[in-house]
Amino acid sequence: MKRAAFTNRWLPILLLLPQMAIIVVFFYWPAWHALTSSFYLQDPFGFSETFVGFANYTSLWKSAPYARAASFTVVFSLLVTFLSLAIALLLAVKADKVIKGAKAYRTALMWVYAVAPPVAGVMGIILFNQSWGPLTRFLTMLGWDFKLGVNYYDTAFAMVLVSVWKQIPVNFIFFLSGLQSIPKSVREAALIDNRSASGRFWDITFPLLAPTGFFLLITNITYSLFDTFGVIDTLVKGEPGNNPMTLVYKVYVDGFRGNDMGGSSAQSVILMVLVLAMTIAQFRLVERRIHYT
Amino acid sequence: MTRFSLATAAALSLMAGAASAQTEITWWHAMGGALGETVNKIATDFNASQTDYKITPAFKGTYEETLTAGIAAFRAGEQPNILQVFDAGAATVIGAKGATVPVQDLLTENGVPFDINDYISGVRYFYADSAGKMIGMPFNSSSPIMYYNVDALEKAGVTAPKTYEEFEAVTAPALMKAGYIPLAESHSPWIWVENFMSRHNLPFATNNNGYDGVDTKILVNSPEIKMHWSHVKDWLDKGWFGYYGAAWNDNQKPFEEGKVAIWMGSSGSFGGLSKLDLPFKFSATYLPYWESVTKEPTQTFIGGASLFAMSGKSAEENKATAAFFKYLTSPEVQYMWHRETGYVPITTAAYEMAKADGYYAKAPAAEVGIQQLSLPAGANTKGYRMGFYVQIRDVMNREFGRILGGETTVDAGFATIETEANDLLAKFAQTQAQ
Repeated sequence: MKRAAFTNRWLPILLLLPQMAIIVVFFYWPAWHALTSSFYLQDPFGFSETFVGFANYTSLWKSAPYARAASFTVVFSLLVTFLSLAIALLLAVKADKVIKGAKAYRTALMWVYAVAPPVAGVMGIILFNQSWGPLTRFLTMLGWDFKLGVNYYDTAFAMVLVSVWKQIPVNFIFFLSGLQSIPKSVREAALIDNRSASGRFWDITFPLLAPTGFFLLITNITYSLFDTFGVIDTLVKGEPGNNPMTLVYKVYVDGFRGNDMGGSSAQSVILMVLVLAMTIAQFRLVERRIHYT
Repeated sequence: MTRFSLATAAALSLMAGAASAQTEITWWHAMGGALGETVNKIATDFNASQTDYKITPAFKGTYEETLTAGIAAFRAGEQPNILQVFDAGAATVIGAKGATVPVQDLLTENGVPFDINDYISGVRYFYADSAGKMIGMPFNSSSPIMYYNVDALEKAGVTAPKTYEEFEAVTAPALMKAGYIPLAESHSPWIWVENFMSRHNLPFATNNNGYDGVDTKILVNSPEIKMHWSHVKDWLDKGWFGYYGAAWNDNQKPFEEGKVAIWMGSSGSFGGLSKLDLPFKFSATYLPYWESVTKEPTQTFIGGASLFAMSGKSAEENKATAAFFKYLTSPEVQYMWHRETGYVPITTAAYEMAKADGYYAKAPAAEVGIQQLSLPAGANTKGYRMGFYVQIRDVMNREFGRILGGETTVDAGFATIETEANDLLAKFAQTQAQ
């Protein structure tokens, strides 16, 4: 096998420069700032500051609201990731069998993906309006006195529902294309070996979907941790109050709403470390068990 | 034809000359919707009233977003001339000495006569320093008042309660029987904490309610206010009180829909409610008080927001800002603002003008806010000054939600508010160390 190589040693560096510049300006530089300011308590206008060492971190360790946000984040991310993957997979398996009108329903399902998270949140607010929201009325009919923005768990339910709804289409498309790339010969061979459809699914289809599934697992965890910000921000209607919030939203609430630069910097550093650790763990542990070819 | 175009050209060049000599200033505000249109009208009228200055208002989102935008702009050296900052952000912007030019200095230095006694008493000192110097120009000033559905109260055969004792003994049971939810309220930290303290003349924080220093401790964990909230929880359980979350509009809506008979909101809500064409008559009166706490209820203080002149601007531009403030506080403009929005007129002259015009004979409820702000004052009625107060309010809202939802008790909830608020205050004190 012949390896392609650059003859000029400066050319690759030159080609990398634009990308590196973007990463430095939009990631390393702000990350460095977050790290340094997490050791200070600073006047919002920047007139004075006090070096406080690790105080911003230790106060988070003792903070009950922070612990509450952290545990909500774990539950929320697990629920959103699991539900949006499971429902999308179910839909994809069922859709895979349909040939007629395939294009039309695929396009219809895909549309939801084009909805931006804040818009999805606004739709949630309309559907869950306290006095005339159709979903509020429906749940009330079932005997659930649903109150968005009043009851912690009701609001959490709405956040999960809207976030899952928004994420299913993209998972669906990936799963469907994954399913369609499984060779026909393998499926036919499986059909002879195993008569049970669910048995065939778990023994053959599911492992062959694993690369797609792994990719989606990572993107979905990232989505539920970070990209749901817009959904949460709109569903709390401008007042965090007694509503559940994720760690990312708390960084915003404390830093941008509350003007506590040091405290929210410490929170964002913790998130950075968390994401780094999670990514390493995922690739180290999970990737070993997955075969791409 | 030629003569005409020559004249036009001459006029155009004159205008261009005028335009180049104009000093332009910017004004960042948080007034959306109908309020924003009135703000734009004030700016347009000011620009039309003279030729030396031109002001450009810009809407920057909610109060919190506007303050954050102003701070970010200041740190980048791109601050507007005028920034609107709300009550809860007062400590942040006043604490940062050097971020703003005290409005009192700005006016006197630019030859605009200033006397703090021209302002009605409830608005004088909220945005002042501990020595009483006015730092921010009160702009959209409101106070919490009690609105009521006149038809509902007539149907139930009651009048608006003067005290909470009366509400419990007479008003609430009768309204409930008449098929209404008796009471709702928007913004618990503002109405049932900050102004609760002022109405009953109770201290809200050490250091003269926070005005005299930053090593302040909040005094929110007090028997009087815990008594109040125990009753509120009791009302909720009995169906006498409706709680619809921390968002303002969710609590105002049931009143507009005629489900809730009495709603505590802002005097600044009057303009909006009047334009709604509600299917019932409504009026307003003072916030009730607890007779068991005080026999001599005192005034409330202003909420809303004020305008700060940002520092780092040229003398020319500061002069323009001073000219705009002079225009803004003129009786005519204040009366127009008061009439359009329901916010109180901030000067006595504007108040007198509204009275002389017979405005309150037509709309008595519009006068309630200013009357309540002019009730007898006390040692604890001029306001409060606490840092990171936006976060302290968020803590209160969270705990009130938990108390009313039965997740915690009144005692535990207020203990949490006290601890977390004091932690935030201590943190803020560290940001202010030199």
